[in-house]
Parts: sequence; structure tokens; C-alpha cells
Amino acid sequence: MAIGRRDVPAPAAPDAGGGLLARPAWTKGIGSWLTTVDHKRLGILYILTSFTFMGLASIEAFIIRLQLAAPGMELVSPDVYNQLFTMHGVTMIFLAIMPLGTGFANYFVPLMIGARDLAFPRLNAFGYWVYAAGGIFVYSSFFLGGAPDVGWFAYAPLTSLSNNPGNGTDFYMIGLLIGGIGSLVTAMNLIVTIFSMRAPGMTMMRMPVFVWMILVTSFLIVFAFPPLTIALTQIVFDRTFGTLFYVPEAGGLPILWQHLFWIFGHPEVYIVILPAFGVISEVIPTFSRKPIFGYPVMILSGIFIGFMGFAVWSHHMFTTGLGPVANTAFALTSFVIGVPTGVKIFNWLGTMWGGSVRFTTSMLYAMAFLFMFVIGGITGIMLAMPPFTAQATDSYFVVAHFHYVMGGGALFAFFAGVYYWFPKLTGKLLPERFGQYTFWAMFVGFNMIFMPQHFAGLMGMPRRTQTYEAGIGLEIWNLVSTAGTFVMGTALFMLLFSVIYAFRKGQPAGNDPWDARTLEWAATSPPQHHNFDEQPIVTDRDAFWAQKYPELSHGDDGSQWEGVDFDSHGIHMPGQSWYPFLLALAIFIAGYGLLFENWPLSILMLVVLTGATYGWAFEGVGGHHVHPGDDAAEGAGD
Amino acid sequence: MAADAPATAAPSVPAHGWRSSKLPDMKLMMWIFLASDIMFFGTLIGTYLIYKGRSLTGPYPQDVLDIPLTTVSTFVLLMSSFLMVIALDALKRNDIGKFRLWTFGVAFFGAIFLGFQVYEFNHFVDLGLTLQGNLFGTTFYVLTGTHGVHVAIGVLWLLSIVVASYVRPWTSKDATNLEVAGLYWHFVDVVWIVIFTLVYLVDFVPGAGG
Repeated sequence: MAIGRRDVPAPAAPDAGGGLLARPAWTKGIGSWLTTVDHKRLGILYILTSFTFMGLASIEAFIIRLQLAAPGMELVSPDVYNQLFTMHGVTMIFLAIMPLGTGFANYFVPLMIGARDLAFPRLNAFGYWVYAAGGIFVYSSFFLGGAPDVGWFAYAPLTSLSNNPGNGTDFYMIGLLIGGIGSLVTAMNLIVTIFSMRAPGMTMMRMPVFVWMILVTSFLIVFAFPPLTIALTQIVFDRTFGTLFYVPEAGGLPILWQHLFWIFGHPEVYIVILPAFGVISEVIPTFSRKPIFGYPVMILSGIFIGFMGFAVWSHHMFTTGLGPVANTAFALTSFVIGVPTGVKIFNWLGTMWGGSVRFTTSMLYAMAFLFMFVIGGITGIMLAMPPFTAQATDSYFVVAHFHYVMGGGALFAFFAGVYYWFPKLTGKLLPERFGQYTFWAMFVGFNMIFMPQHFAGLMGMPRRTQTYEAGIGLEIWNLVSTAGTFVMGTALFMLLFSVIYAFRKGQPAGNDPWDARTLEWAATSPPQHHNFDEQPIVTDRDAFWAQKYPELSHGDDGSQWEGVDFDSHGIHMPGQSWYPFLLALAIFIAGYGLLFENWPLSILMLVVLTGATYGWAFEGVGGHHVHPGDDAAEGAGD
Repeated sequence: MAADAPATAAPSVPAHGWRSSKLPDMKLMMWIFLASDIMFFGTLIGTYLIYKGRSLTGPYPQDVLDIPLTTVSTFVLLMSSFLMVIALDALKRNDIGKFRLWTFGVAFFGAIFLGFQVYEFNHFVDLGLTLQGNLFGTTFYVLTGTHGVHVAIGVLWLLSIVVASYVRPWTSKDATNLEVAGLYWHFVDVVWIVIFTLVYLVDFVPGAGG
């Protein structure tokens, strides 16, 4: 898809240096997808893969809700129930919502900053494949002796070999290690891209808010994933090589796992939500026909949230007995982080205020995001108070809280993004009226599921427990909650149907169906392989808006770029490569080698990995140059 | 039109496209990776320090650590960083022979450091310090082992650069490639200074031992 008509096919001439594997040049078929380095194709792969995992996580959640529909149900055993809620959490956090943000970033960051690709296209492909490998690895546990059943935070010493002899925990640890590599390299890649590949004239303070939020998110990933990686490695060593990191009998401190996990885990919350903030910051100005209110404050709030995200982790540990001083300190930092978040909410409202608001489906999701994220934020401030947490911890109140933040917040924001950007991805419009029905079903269903859980939680219903007793007032809340899953499930099917329908029979969208503000809308829908025929020049914030309505722009006139031939060499398109896929495959198989302690296989895969790394390095960047306009007579005069 | 444009003010556009940063992509990438690597080592060093003095059985740090021996290997590693600087300088001056010699020297010194580490690990195991024996063994081997893996990757990388400079003759235009490897190498050195201080030296400061 998305291969422009005017693209010149890759030349047959081999690149200097050569390699073990010939550089592939397919433009169609499965081979072209396995070897692609195009950020748009990889973005689509990310989005499709994360929605697939989201489907699996939804099925798990549906079974959980059926089990809890009435007291004393025996649909699934406690053991299976443990696997279900663990996999639901792991999938939603690591395999669905976070990579969905990465997928949008992959597709739209280069387009928004006027670039032709990411800084390291092959590394980008590797990041995707290794994420997919990590997800498949974790899910293969269902067929290889049982899924992880230790909760998504896998507290030590529950994960020790003596407490948990099955392979499930190893699948969790090694699977997240594999997937984490992908998150790290893609985050680094995006940072370099944003610093280094902005179009002429696009200063940092002219970047779209989405790009800013991706930049902050990427820094969070760069600093937050290492503690998790080390903690996972420590558990793998404990279980595989008999080290003593989390063995209390030898002096090990299980609380250290909690600290390391949450030093990662709290920034992870912002890793999920900041890209969502970015999406909202694009959708609301477009459909309010106003620039974002308080742009610099929006950016600084995002950066401040990123910093403070590293200073609040112990609010997940208020009931572990850290003492009043630590609890007070972390309560205060947690209150402080509410301030920049509140600033953002008011700035979005300020953007809508006085604008000519168009209530498209995308905008409805964005407004629902504001409503539900505020609910999640208020319960978050409640839970930031240690005495309240002492009462509500491990109850359904906490479950309701983080679902309003992650689901009603991040997920609804990404749905807004789906409706906003689908025309750009495919060139087709999603059906608008049906989309609005879908939205209302989604909104009602979501609130039916999670609003009652606040009350069930305050009445003392514990999380992670397979059933509950009759006659203590929990029946009605759980029944409503389960009924809500049918409504929201229907809405998800409606969304799936409208995507398939629009992809086949949707109305043509044109390049700029929303009269939007940022540069991705200056490209064709779907964008050509090389994104832009000419290097875009940026003269103002909301670069495309300034191009369309120069009379409304307060930027410069771009005259300092006059006479510079940005594409004098043609547009460099990086060559496709087998190595990213091969490298990810080797890591994937090595994961099984480590898990089953099959050392010959592990060493063989280490050899393949080293070989593929050398192949990658000596293959070089390669690629070819595209000269759009050369074969089009009307464009030759420029 | 291009003829009367102010050619002096026009920025140069490289063949791979316009860049908004003067820093080469690869170099920026390495800086970001190193920032991330600080967190990797920070977590490992933090774990070591938190578990310091919590081992229930010996051997304890004072029983096995040999300051004079490790001082020698530390000195070798530091000198390898010095060679790295003159190797890069040689490449920038297009003195390819010296560049190959000193780059090989860096890798050689790194290999000597690794030899010391292999000897040290063997010797410690003989003294009864194992990965599974006590918390000191667990945290010591995983921390210094991770550092050793970094050095080994660096040695492999630098040797590959020497080989690559024969496959496709290098010139001063390739200096960024070496500089990026150099950034990595210096970083691994600095991490060792921190480890040497916090793991080895601290235990022999009167009153600070644990």
C-alpha cells in the first residue's frame, strides 16, 4: 500500500560493500512487508499488531467479567483466572496501548516534521519486529505450559522458582525483555529523528504538540526501561542460574523488585498517556478551528510531567511500610504532578472556547477523553493520599481508577486518532454517522463497565480475586459492569466493521478532509513512498495552516530558504533489508533457548545474531534517489 | 533564480537529505544510548550498594578483593582511552597507518583488561565466591560481568573497525564512525572508574567497610 505512482523502482545495481543477503527490492507481497524499512508501512504494522493484541486482551477481559457476573460463578478456575488478569494487564500495557502510540509516532512524526523517514530506517524495522516477537513469545505460553499468573507487576518473591515452578513467569520475564529492546531502540530513533530531521524553518517551538509529546515519551522510555530490564534480568538469573537477588532466606529484599518495577512502572503510565495527550492536542485545535491555546505552556507541562513521572513511584507502595516521611514526600510529588495535567485540561478547554467546534466522531472521542480522564485524575488524587490508599488499596476502586486513565483516557484518545488519521492512512473516510453511533455505544459501554467498580471497590471488593460472596452488596455493581462489556464489545465490533467497510468502500477523503493544521495533511492520502515531492518549508507553528491561510499567519516569510535546492541530489530512499527481521527472529528463538535452558540453541542463535549484526553493518544504508517531477512534464519547470 | 540567491548564506544539504542538527545522527544516537546505559549501570550499582553488607555467609569483599591487581587492570583500561584519543586524532589527520595501529592498541588493552577479569573471576571462585553462594557473589558477578560484556563488545567493535578499514579503505571522512566507537569506549571506562571506586576501594577505606 501507499506506493506512489510516480516512484522510480529501485535500481538493480548492488550497493557498495555488499553483504551475505542480497538487498531485496520487492514492492508488493509478503516479502516487501518483511523487509520494509518504510516508516509508514511499519506504522501500519504497529497499529494493526497492537489492535490484534487489544482484541486478545478484550477477550480475556470479557471472560473475567463473565466469571464475575454473579457471586460464586465457576466459569474459570482460580488458576486460569490468575492467568487471565495477568495477561490482560500485560497485553494492554505492553502490547496494545503503548505500541499503538509508537505506531502513530512512526507514521506521523516524519510527516509532521516534513521528513522522508526516520533517522535509522532499518533500526525502526528491527524495533517493530522485536516488539512483535516479544508479544508472540508471551502469548505462546498458553500452548507451552500455562500463561504467567503473577499479575502484570510480578511481585517478588511470588516469581521465585520455589513459589512458581511453571514456565509462565519465565515467559513474562523473557518476553518483556525481548519487547523492551524494541521500545528502547525505537524511542532512541525517534529522538534522533525529531532533533535532526525537522524541515527547514521548523524550530523546536514550531513543532506540533504531538511531536513534542512523542519526544518527551521517548526520553521517558530511554530512562525508564533500563531499570525494568535489569530487574527482569535479575529474576531470570534467579530462576535460571540460581542467583540470590530476591531470595529472602539469603538476605535478598523482595521490596527492591517493587522499587525497580515502579521506577519503571510509573513513568510507563506517562509513556502511555503522553502520546494520547499529543493526539488530543492535534484533534481539538483542528475541529475547533483555532490554534492550540497556550502552546508553550502545553509543551512545558508535558516536559514537567515527564520529569515528575520519575519522582512519584512510591505512591504505588504506600502500604508496604515505607514510613510516614517517605509516604508524605511521595504524596506531595503526586499532588504536584496533578498541576501540569490540570493545566493541559484547561488549555484544551481553552482551545475549544470560542472556536467553531465541529462535532465529528473524532472530536466526540476527544471530548469524552477530557471527561473521563478528569474522572481518572480525580480518583488519582484521592489515591495519592496515603490514608485513603490504606483503605482502597488492592480494591476495585483502584481498578476503576486506572481503567479511567488508561482506557477512558489513553484508549479513547487513540480512537480519536484513528478517526482523525484514517483518511490519511488509507485515502478513505470512515462512515461518519455510523461512527457517531459507535462512539455512543463505546462511551456508554465503557462507563457501564467501570463506573460501578468504584462503588464495588469502596465496599471492599478485592482485585485479583476469582469470585466474591453473595449478600454483601456487590451483586448489582458487578452485574451492571458485566452488562457493560456487551455494550462495549458491540461497539468494538462496530468499529472493526466500519474500518473494514471504509477500507473497501469508503468515500474518497482527499488530501485534507478536516481543513487541518499540520504538515501530514499537505501530503497525498495515502502519502507517497517519499512523503513529499518537495522539501516542505516551515514559516510558522501549524505549518500547513500557515501555507493555506498566509493572511492568518504571524510567522516569517521563509525568504531565508530562497535559492536553497534541498533536493538537489534527489530524495534519498533507504533500501529494504532482511537483517532487521533476521535479527529479531534470532532474538525470538534465543528466548526459547534461554527459557528451556537449551544452550546449544541459544549459542547458535547468538552466532546468527552476531552474523546478522555484521551483515547489517556491512550492508550499509544503501537505497536509491527519487526525482519526483522528472517524468511529469508539468512539474519540470520548478 | 538560483543564480542571484545569496550563495554564502545557503546551508549545505547532504545527499541523504536536509538535517536540522549539526550533530551527525550516529553521534546523537550514541549519546542517547549512553544516557540509557547510565540507567542500566545505575540500577546494577544501586542493587550492589543496597545489598552491600547483607550477605549472610562469606566470602566478604575484604576476603577476596585484591586492590593492587585490579589497580593494574584499571590502569590498562585507562590507558586504552588515551590510545583511543590519539587513534581518532590520527584518523582525522588522515594518517591511516597510525589510526590502525592505535585502534588495534585500544582493542589490545581492552583484551588485557578482560584477561585480568577472567583471571580474577577464576581466582574468586577458587576462594569460594560464587554466583549462587551469597548476595555479594550474586551482585558482584552480575555487575562486573555486565561491564565485562560491554568491554568485550567494544573490543570486537574496534577490531571490526580495523578490519573494515582494509576492506574499504578509510579516510578522515570516516572519523565519525570511529568517534562514535570512541564515545562508547570512554563511557565504558568511566563506568569502570565508578565500579572500581564503589566496589573495590570503598571496602578498604577505614571505617567505610561493610
